[in-house]
Amino acid sequence: MSVILVFLLVIAGFAGWWLSHQRLTSKPWLEQGVAGDFVGLDRSALPTAKIGLGVFLAVVGCLFSLFTSAYFMRMGLSDWQPLPLPRLLWLNTGLLLLSSVALQCAVVAARGGQTDMVRLGLATAGLTTLAFLAGQLMAWRQLTEDGYLLASNPANSFFYLITGMHGLHILGGLIGLGRTSIGAWSGTRPERLRLSVELCAMYWHFLLFIWLGIFAVLAGWAATFIDICQRLLT
Amino acid sequence: MVDVTPADAVPPAEVGEMELYHPHSWWTKYVFSQDAKVIAVQYSITATAIGLVALVLSWLMRLQLGFPGTFDFITPEAYYQFITMHGMIMVIYLLTALFLGGFGNYLIPLMVGARDMVFPYVNMLSYWIYLLAVLVLVSGFFAPGGPTGAGWTLYPPQAIMSGTPGGQDWGIILMLSSLILFIIGFTMGGLNYVVTVLQGRTRGMTLMRLPLTVWGIFTATVMALLAFPALFVACVMMLLDRVLGTSFFMPAIVEMGEQLQHNGGSPILFQHLFWFFGHPEVYIVALPAFGIVSDLISTHARKNIFGYRMMVWAIIAIGALSFVVWAHHMYVSGMHPYFGFFFATTTLIIAIPTAIKVYNWVLTLWRGDIHLTIPMLFALAFIVTFVNGGLTGLFLGNVVVDVPLSDTMFVVAHFHMVMGVAPILVIFGAIYHWYPKVTGRMLNEALGRFHFWVTFLGAYLIFFPMHYLGLMGIPRRYAELTDMNVMTESAHHLNSFISIMAFVVGFAQMVFLFNLIWSIRHGREAGGNPWRATTLEWQTPETPPAHGNFGKELPIVYRWAYDYSVPGAKEDFIPQNVPGSFAPSREPA
Repeated sequence: MSVILVFLLVIAGFAGWWLSHQRLTSKPWLEQGVAGDFVGLDRSALPTAKIGLGVFLAVVGCLFSLFTSAYFMRMGLSDWQPLPLPRLLWLNTGLLLLSSVALQCAVVAARGGQTDMVRLGLATAGLTTLAFLAGQLMAWRQLTEDGYLLASNPANSFFYLITGMHGLHILGGLIGLGRTSIGAWSGTRPERLRLSVELCAMYWHFLLFIWLGIFAVLAGWAATFIDICQRLLT
Repeated sequence: MVDVTPADAVPPAEVGEMELYHPHSWWTKYVFSQDAKVIAVQYSITATAIGLVALVLSWLMRLQLGFPGTFDFITPEAYYQFITMHGMIMVIYLLTALFLGGFGNYLIPLMVGARDMVFPYVNMLSYWIYLLAVLVLVSGFFAPGGPTGAGWTLYPPQAIMSGTPGGQDWGIILMLSSLILFIIGFTMGGLNYVVTVLQGRTRGMTLMRLPLTVWGIFTATVMALLAFPALFVACVMMLLDRVLGTSFFMPAIVEMGEQLQHNGGSPILFQHLFWFFGHPEVYIVALPAFGIVSDLISTHARKNIFGYRMMVWAIIAIGALSFVVWAHHMYVSGMHPYFGFFFATTTLIIAIPTAIKVYNWVLTLWRGDIHLTIPMLFALAFIVTFVNGGLTGLFLGNVVVDVPLSDTMFVVAHFHMVMGVAPILVIFGAIYHWYPKVTGRMLNEALGRFHFWVTFLGAYLIFFPMHYLGLMGIPRRYAELTDMNVMTESAHHLNSFISIMAFVVGFAQMVFLFNLIWSIRHGREAGGNPWRATTLEWQTPETPPAHGNFGKELPIVYRWAYDYSVPGAKEDFIPQNVPGSFAPSREPA
């Protein structure tokens, strides 16, 4: 359970930092009047949707930390046989990276008001993401053809489960990306478009980050890294 | 006495009004509504309905325990199914849904001074997915083989084996699917509750001016958002074990002479995941109750809450600590003694912030102008019950005491007191308190007092003897308690007595339901602020609050939520949106 505890520690640190700016030591029974003199105690200047997405991503991060925790705990048991990762995953990683970069370009373009570039970025991101999902499915097929079936070993089960869960989250993101694209082509207000492009980019960066994390875990580098750390500590 | 401070010159509202969705038809107004108040009522009705099913299940269990062998239709399988469904429904589909989905939806926007939740559409989806989860859960009763009988903890390997009711039938699949749906729906709602408290607060409503109800619901929701994923992971993995034959949790196992296809899985892994959700869940239910009871006590004792800051810090501390105590539910799983020591320590540390809260409630009552209204009666009953249940928690938090008691009725009595009866008492108190705001009419007083006394005394008559039975060594989870050394004749009589009391208390809930329905039309007119309370939900221009809550302009908050009996003020309460400063009251902390 160490992975999830580390993740929660990060969340707790962030929450603590935020709470420390909320004057939790003030004495509200002595303070009357509009809180205008307490600058920064009202809502955040960030758009509400961004904060909402941030909270949601914390939940998503929690979910994948728990999968990783379970992975490490199950890995210690005797019947674990690691499976060779298909090399296709490297290409897929590149595709996901590309879609993230494309969305970042779209954000820059949206801030500069260049609608054409926004459309280009969104389209590139959508296509590379679809290619990523197709690539993941091909990786699954390669593995099943080589006999690494879902139920034959826990390492396989975890591989399909975690990549599948990540794929589902990408799929959900594509709905948001689709709605943003419709907005980009039908000409919504620029500030609204900018916000939705930024939200998409935020989601994609986070899922890229998650993917890099689970890739490292599934490939066994994370375990090696933890092993080295443990040896250094003992 | 009123000296107007410069800050009272109302500054221009810096926050733009939210774009409020306006319904156009009956369907979008009352059924597929995006108004948090309607969603709250929908949540509450659904949770109450499914809670009644769980109440009936508990009656059936008590029939079997009190009068074993009398009722043929209660087979051991059926008994396990009743236990499982009763526990799961009460903890998740009733308490969690009612506190967060019901009270959270109704009170958060009104109390922080918002027109609605920040993402109303997602909020609406949250309810409909919750309803779907409930329907999937209920469908277990009609599926072949009936609902799962694995116990509410659903421990593998037994949960998905043919010896357990529903293990190789539909039961367990429906249960896991229902939980997955519930978590998805809850996450949608939870995002709303958290972000509305962060971003929806009206001008002047700083965090330290929030009523403690909002603090409790807010912190509980944050915890739920971080804890429910653990249950989600456990459910998904068990579903794969059951449906696709993976071995996440299932060890190599021989069943009826046949080797199952599973191999090498770890049931303990499931327990870790389950309790990583399961323990915070206790506080997900308790924190809203803490918050609500603070407001009830302060309002009905006409006195500011004692130690507001401490109360807030204690809520945050309990929320944080509750994530590092989960393994105290697993002392009997054969864990490393040092782990047991660590978790026993963290468990006992939680008693400190909790005790601070209890002291503060009592000190709020101290020399207060206590009105023994029905909400106040329930709040007082909550304090007593929570202390009772909490004290046995100190017993069970210690490894050496827990190990012999773990599988006895003592545990049943403990958790029913602390997270069954105590939060339910708060829910009742809160309903008597806020019903006038929701419907515009008061609940009937005489029926209410009857309901309170029967419920309060009856609950003690049910659960106090159960502690004793547990200490005698009477095991829980047994469908038949006859033919055992520990089951003396007197213990048997006590069991019959408990069963009869369970029916009496259940009957009182029918009176309560009747009161709820009858008072919608026949209750006394309540007016806008019958309790003379300070918080914003009582200051709405209409009662029940109209769509958009606050009329043309959002209220501006000038003070904290507990200005009761301020010396020098004309009335014994000053609403949060009343400007002007009064001579500071006595230092409350």
